[in-house]
Amino acid sequence: MGGSGPKPKLLNSDGSRLDGRKLEEMRPITIEARVLNDADGSCLLTWGRNKVLVGVYGPRECIPRHDQSPYRALIKCRYNMAPFCSLEEHNRSGPSRRSKELSKVISEAFENVIIAEAYPKTQIDVYIEVLQSDGGTRCAALTAAAVALADAGIPMKDLPVAIAVGKIEGKLAVDLFKDEDNFGESDNPIAFAPRNWEVLLYQADGLLTRDEVEQGLELAKEAAKKVHEVQVEALKRVYEKPHPPSVPLATGMFQ
Amino acid sequence: MEIQKQLKRDFLTTLLSQGKRADERGKMDYRTTKVQKGVLQNSEGSALCNLGKTQVLCGIKFDIATPFPDRPKEGVLATGAEFTPLGSHLFEPGPPSVESIELARVVDRGVRSSNAVDLQSFFLEEGKVLALYLDLYVLDHDGNLFDAATLAAMGALQNCIMPKVEGGKIIRNENKGSLPLATSCVSCTFAKVDAYHLLDPTLDEEKGMDGRLTIATTPKHMCAAQKSGWAGYTQKDIMELVDISFAKGDELRRHLQ
Repeated sequence: MGGSGPKPKLLNSDGSRLDGRKLEEMRPITIEARVLNDADGSCLLTWGRNKVLVGVYGPRECIPRHDQSPYRALIKCRYNMAPFCSLEEHNRSGPSRRSKELSKVISEAFENVIIAEAYPKTQIDVYIEVLQSDGGTRCAALTAAAVALADAGIPMKDLPVAIAVGKIEGKLAVDLFKDEDNFGESDNPIAFAPRNWEVLLYQADGLLTRDEVEQGLELAKEAAKKVHEVQVEALKRVYEKPHPPSVPLATGMFQ
Repeated sequence: MEIQKQLKRDFLTTLLSQGKRADERGKMDYRTTKVQKGVLQNSEGSALCNLGKTQVLCGIKFDIATPFPDRPKEGVLATGAEFTPLGSHLFEPGPPSVESIELARVVDRGVRSSNAVDLQSFFLEEGKVLALYLDLYVLDHDGNLFDAATLAAMGALQNCIMPKVEGGKIIRNENKGSLPLATSCVSCTFAKVDAYHLLDPTLDEEKGMDGRLTIATTPKHMCAAQKSGWAGYTQKDIMELVDISFAKGDELRRHLQ
């Protein structure tokens, strides 16, 4: 995979990962919905060192007009990385080829669950900003976007959730962080619709055997169940209050 | 849009003639102000500023760069402002708008001319200097981005570490202590509506205003200024607002401590 230089060891002598996790263990996840004032729905998610902020606008007028569909709302996700998000060098702002691809596959995942037929001639904008990255940002992005869409009251058949599995030192592991992603043998981000465990996003690089693909799906599903619980809890917190006051971003989240 | 602007202006002037503002603040009052430093870990410095419902995030990254030919012994300071589309229904994805360019340039002028950062100390070797990238992310727009952005920038600078450089490369995750700062710069922005001046305008007030004046100060000097909009300012107006900026500047600096 994309790593340069000598390949570091990715497992400690006791079989644990570099950050002390077990192979099937995820990094800690916190989700807070309704963190922005102007957006119709929003979400701030921290996943290990990843920090992703999502704002949803819509359904609103579709611009440009020639894009609009007389049958359904268009779902426009925009995945973007902040110039200061990585531990490495400063990034140029604006979409890269990578972020355009991710925007496309994330949008398509949501087309599966959003009841877009209810809002013909409109668009639903899902703006995803990766404020800090540490591997697995597309899964964090999709997971956060699902919460923001639900917060915006967009009708959906399900609340999608995503997680990556990968291979490090020949072993399958859940939720790779940056070094494991860079120097591991495979990265395999997967999004599910939890109501029937259909796969809504599936990408993979590196080498996996047929059995590893199968085990990977199973591992991802088990981990995704836990992430889904955090999503639901975050939504309950904002929906249980009748008219939640707009709160300043990140009360306790940005620690 | 014209009619909306006129209606907002009428509303503002009617209220102001009774000595009021829509959110019941005094004409020279700030909204609730908060600066949270060190909100990100990957960047070398960061801060989030809340000014009422306005939220601006600032992240700082260091890189190695080639100095500008006319200043071969000086480091590079580059300020960018992103009106990220999640921040407001008014923001659209795409190339930077004039407003975001203006914001970045005004904040840059304030920070640069205050000499808070000693760019000479960023010199590494012939043709190689440190570059400090200061990026402003508008997360919520409810007016007065200038003051919120300057506070976020200053907060991030105060929180910033000096990178460790070895063999012409930055060693990430290691540092040489915090970035020394000579002073601090804050800005005060006043919207002009009719004959009234309003400190810290909300988005509604900005929509109805005739003009806007931003004054950035250090404790002793004015370090940047920017007028926008069609309104004219008398010399007396300007001097009054400069005086207020110095007084309010001290108040803002307390939020940076």
